[in-house]
Amino acid sequence: MKQYIIRRAGYSLLSLFLLSLTIFLFVRVTGDPTALLTEPGASVDDIEAMRHQFGLDQPLWVQYWHFIASFLTGDLGQSFYYRTPVLDLYFQRLPNSLLLAVVAMGLSLLIGIPSGILAAVRVDRFWDSAGKIFALLGLSLPQFWVGLVLILVFSVYLGWLPSSGSGTFLHLLMPAFTLGWYFAAAHMRMTRSSMLEVLGSEYVKLARLKGLPESLVIGKHALKNALIPVVTLAGINLVVMINVAVVVETVFAWPGIGRLLYEGVTFRDFPVVQAVVVIGGSMIIMVNFLVDILYALIDPRIRLES
Amino acid sequence: MTVITPPETATLAAAAAAPSTAFWRSRGFPLIPMAILLFIAFVAVFADVLAPHDPQIGSLARRFRPPVWQEGGSWAYLLGTDHVGRDVLSRLIFGARVSMIVGVTAVLVAGVIGTLLGILSGYLGGWADQVVMRVTDTWLALPALTFAIFLAAIVGPSELNIILILGLVYWTRYARVIRGEVLSLKQREFVRLAIVAGCSKRIIMWRHILPNVINSAIVLATLMLGVVIVTEASLSFLGVGVPPPKPAWGLMMADGKKGLMVGYWWLTVFPGICIMLMVLSANLLGDWLRVKLDPQLRQL
Repeated sequence: MKQYIIRRAGYSLLSLFLLSLTIFLFVRVTGDPTALLTEPGASVDDIEAMRHQFGLDQPLWVQYWHFIASFLTGDLGQSFYYRTPVLDLYFQRLPNSLLLAVVAMGLSLLIGIPSGILAAVRVDRFWDSAGKIFALLGLSLPQFWVGLVLILVFSVYLGWLPSSGSGTFLHLLMPAFTLGWYFAAAHMRMTRSSMLEVLGSEYVKLARLKGLPESLVIGKHALKNALIPVVTLAGINLVVMINVAVVVETVFAWPGIGRLLYEGVTFRDFPVVQAVVVIGGSMIIMVNFLVDILYALIDPRIRLES
Repeated sequence: MTVITPPETATLAAAAAAPSTAFWRSRGFPLIPMAILLFIAFVAVFADVLAPHDPQIGSLARRFRPPVWQEGGSWAYLLGTDHVGRDVLSRLIFGARVSMIVGVTAVLVAGVIGTLLGILSGYLGGWADQVVMRVTDTWLALPALTFAIFLAAIVGPSELNIILILGLVYWTRYARVIRGEVLSLKQREFVRLAIVAGCSKRIIMWRHILPNVINSAIVLATLMLGVVIVTEASLSFLGVGVPPPKPAWGLMMADGKKGLMVGYWWLTVFPGICIMLMVLSANLLGDWLRVKLDPQLRQL
């Protein structure tokens, strides 16, 4: 077990290293970093000063060392637009993103799990296909279109919900649904396939042979085990949701991390863009690591196999 | 003794014997999605002939005309005009060209990089495998849209850059799947025989492995087309995609968003329907191809 954890930790550290290298190299190699790292409209002298200050006149590996060192000490640079450290900005927005992600996850599971169970119990019947179409639509419809149509219907025509901003629970509904629908498809598929697997297992057959009513077999015996992979996926997706809500947050002007990224791009505020990408990627790598460990703890087959 | 042919093999044999008819007539062929995709491709190719107006030049005198069936609409502008008086229908028609070119080329770029690296990594193993797979794992951890926005912020938006960016972001999906296939192909008899026969590694990868993974690559490409088009539209919507005044569907929706609250619904609804039809069709076609061409991928 110890060996397994060490190896997994090694892989994750390697991934974090490659992530930082990717970000670093793309910025230095694909363009003029001074154009990105200095404010738009800076004078030639300023740019030269910046070049020296950022160490851009030094060899690449020295630059990389500084880049890593400043990241590890939590210094992600100053925002050009807000004039505050980027990390502060990030943590200011994090609670909003978290709130949106939690509500969106709730809605997504509320849609995904029942439709997944229904699809598994009625394979190739009406509810199975209906669920598939609903899931496919969630994946195919661009989030900004779903968002705009929701605004058109519920804000412009019906006037029930506020079209943008934050503050009340009503503000949350449309963005959370838009984000949740996209992920509902994945949760539905996972529930369906995991449920199908469990329904074919010996202990479900036994429960049926005992003469238990079908509702009890599915609702109690099968569901409990079928939900384990779904919950794991939901855990990973919660972290993913925090980091991919850029379109939804832009449409509904929700002040989260996605909106921060959008502002970073529109105001050419490069340190902000870089920080959001690096922190997002690191978060997801770490969650994957935790899930690996958790799985190995639950299931000895995984840790013995490798 | 009678030889029982499994039904799966029977249909495959029939399809191989008469590919032109059996393929199209087979059960569940997504005729409507295929027709929609062909129609969009047709519109994209003949945009110059089909579009009634110039997509990039409008007149402020006729801004925000509604579609023809609403009060104030005219037959000259079937689907209305936008905030600078450009014809929405013409922009949709030229937008099909942008979506098709960007979508198909980006999928090809990603497919070629991913398939080649997948084959190299799977067949050669060792260090090459480690490097490719660790990079793949890392890049897969980055949310695709966020990564694309980051790259677009660095290199600046242009049609060519968007294609390259999407190719760079999405090749990892191919590499992962193709490598897995190569690992199992490697153990197969015909590859071992080729090694015994003295074929060089390059010949084996090129002549024996590649033809056997190409089906999976095609299935993946069809499935990726939808994903790539949505990402392209999202980038345009966020202002880091195809630069204006080029008519891209995502860009049209971003422009139209400002008019939504005052009731100019046609500016956002029509391009949205176009994106939805294209993506949904690509996904349905991909799902069907997946079952048809590649039973191994069914589990994914």
